[in-house]
Amino acid sequence: MARTITFQQAINEALAQEMARDETVVVFGEDVVGGSGAPGEDDAWGGVLGVTKGLYPQFPDRVLDTPISESALIGAAAGAAASGLRPVAELMFVDFMGVCLDQIYNQAAKFRYMFGGKAVTPMVVRTMYGAGIRAASQHSQALYPIFTHIPGLKVVVPSTPYDAKGLLIAAIRDDDPVIFLEHKVLYTLEGDVPDEPYALPLGEAEIVREGGDVTVVALGRMVHLASAAAATLAGEGIECEIVDPRTTSPLDLETILESVENTGRLVVVDEANPRCGFAADIVAQVSEQAFGDLKAAPRMVTPPHTPVPFSPVLEDAYVPTPDAIAAVIRETAGSPTPA
Amino acid sequence: MISKLGMPKWGLSMTEGRVVGWLVDEGAEIAVGDEVAEVETEKINGVVEAPTAGVLRRRVAGENDVIPVGGLLGVIADASASDAEIDAFVAEFEASFVPGEEEDAGPQPQVANGLRYLVYGEGGEPVVLLHGFGGDLNNWLFTAPALAADRTVYALDLPGHGGSVKEARDLAEAVRGFLDAQGIDKAHLAGHSLGGLVAAQLPDRALSLTLIAPAGLGSEVDREYVDGFIAANSRKQLKPVLERLFADPLLVTRSMLDDVLKYKRLDGVQPALEALRDRYLRPGVTVDLGAYDGPLLVLWGAADEIIPAPGRDDVHVLPGVGHSPHMEAANDVNRLIEEFLTGVRT
Repeated sequence: MARTITFQQAINEALAQEMARDETVVVFGEDVVGGSGAPGEDDAWGGVLGVTKGLYPQFPDRVLDTPISESALIGAAAGAAASGLRPVAELMFVDFMGVCLDQIYNQAAKFRYMFGGKAVTPMVVRTMYGAGIRAASQHSQALYPIFTHIPGLKVVVPSTPYDAKGLLIAAIRDDDPVIFLEHKVLYTLEGDVPDEPYALPLGEAEIVREGGDVTVVALGRMVHLASAAAATLAGEGIECEIVDPRTTSPLDLETILESVENTGRLVVVDEANPRCGFAADIVAQVSEQAFGDLKAAPRMVTPPHTPVPFSPVLEDAYVPTPDAIAAVIRETAGSPTPA
Repeated sequence: MISKLGMPKWGLSMTEGRVVGWLVDEGAEIAVGDEVAEVETEKINGVVEAPTAGVLRRRVAGENDVIPVGGLLGVIADASASDAEIDAFVAEFEASFVPGEEEDAGPQPQVANGLRYLVYGEGGEPVVLLHGFGGDLNNWLFTAPALAADRTVYALDLPGHGGSVKEARDLAEAVRGFLDAQGIDKAHLAGHSLGGLVAAQLPDRALSLTLIAPAGLGSEVDREYVDGFIAANSRKQLKPVLERLFADPLLVTRSMLDDVLKYKRLDGVQPALEALRDRYLRPGVTVDLGAYDGPLLVLWGAADEIIPAPGRDDVHVLPGVGHSPHMEAANDVNRLIEEFLTGVRT
């Protein structure tokens, strides 16, 4: 039965249910138990923001704190996956990928190919991304395009509690390495989630809102900001169709193309850096494959190509806002800005 | 006597409805149960019936207005009430009405022995509603409240369905267990499609049987529909399948597709549906009413594509309706069942 829980609880529940279903599922990372040296298990933090809280008492042998060494823990996940476990490793902030990228892109992503299809690598790397909590430039980036660039990785960027649970379960059951990116601002978002386990297909876009005037492609937290913009624009007579790809690899380009075929107009809203990023990729692929359908130039709404600022004023100016998104959609639709 | 014509609540998740159109003019005499307005919800469209007799004095809600559950659609009163009194009634209602406050969330689902169920009403002879293949208790959202005026109505999710255990248990035995657990010796059993087959397997527990397009009584169940329902794994695949359930395919809303897809993706549903199909929805599984001599009502939609209506004398055929008459022609079906149940009692 569905009930309302938070994004964070949905992730916790997906982990608990998969660990209960499959004893090869193991969870490890920095502080995912947390405080295990303290007097009682109840003191365990369950991760820096408490996302894995409660797992350790249920599965004490399969929830492990690691040393503060991303290269070691992500490498261990790749090795564990290649030798029969289904690890879910937590990379606390995606910003720390720099010290373990070789383990991800040169090792895990390549096993299936370099061993002629005889090896599978069923690992998940859960990691936090995104700006908005005043955590400055080394803890606020949206780096999923870097993973999307690497063949052999699957990349998930969920936007709702329902999707987070179903996509994480699918990621754990998948035989390829999956990078699962959680926007820290979404952790408290509530939504209806079935209490039973379920898997959503990786590579299936969700049409969040139907509309015939402009196709708006948005991911993760940007889905909600784009929805706010779409609600405003509906009052002005502009109907947006919001497509949430949910996974950047594999990408459900078909759903995006079908929508653009209908609307003839495309705006991509993305929190990642604009250069060589997700938005640029979608604009390029749509331009190449659906040029004849387009009635206006495709547009991107992204932050500027700068590090995420620490100054609250600048950070707020950095992240796309509903107003900024609405302004670009209006231009694309050829509509005047309301007075 | 001035009374309110309010926005009904047709299901757990319904919070508001859009007035599609009025079916009765202002000033018209109406009787209890007359269809007065068409209302569209996220889930499905329905018709609002007059709760009391009188004259429709005021149509407060206009076409396309979205009104919260419990909100004022119109005013019914005697012809003798003055316009000023009607104005005062409307003004007083609007001053005091708080959406969502007047009506609670309605009955809350409960779970016993792995079966999820809802209870409407109280007292009277119990009615148990059994949905069809791939459905759930929400399929009765128009039926259950209407029948619950003077009796207790139980709508339950069969095993493998809705919020019940996702196992292909013996369905009739599961319902028998449910009746035992509720302390119900016999009930008026009403089933749709697969649920009709199940109801007919429980003649010893039936005060009466209401079978709506039941499996196993007429033609064979359309295999293409059943297999298509099981195989569909996206909205796009599911839509043409569900559209076959209704004479009017526009009844299949995005919200209905979402709900079915979310259900189908739950762990265990796929194998349970396959097992139930192989056990119940195959040629040769038929309803044998030979051992049952109690009251029987059989309803069928004339445009049923899933199980075409059989040419039997005892079947009440509803014109212009597909496989789900209780959703597509809810008021007709409610009236027929109500008359049938009332007749059984006397």
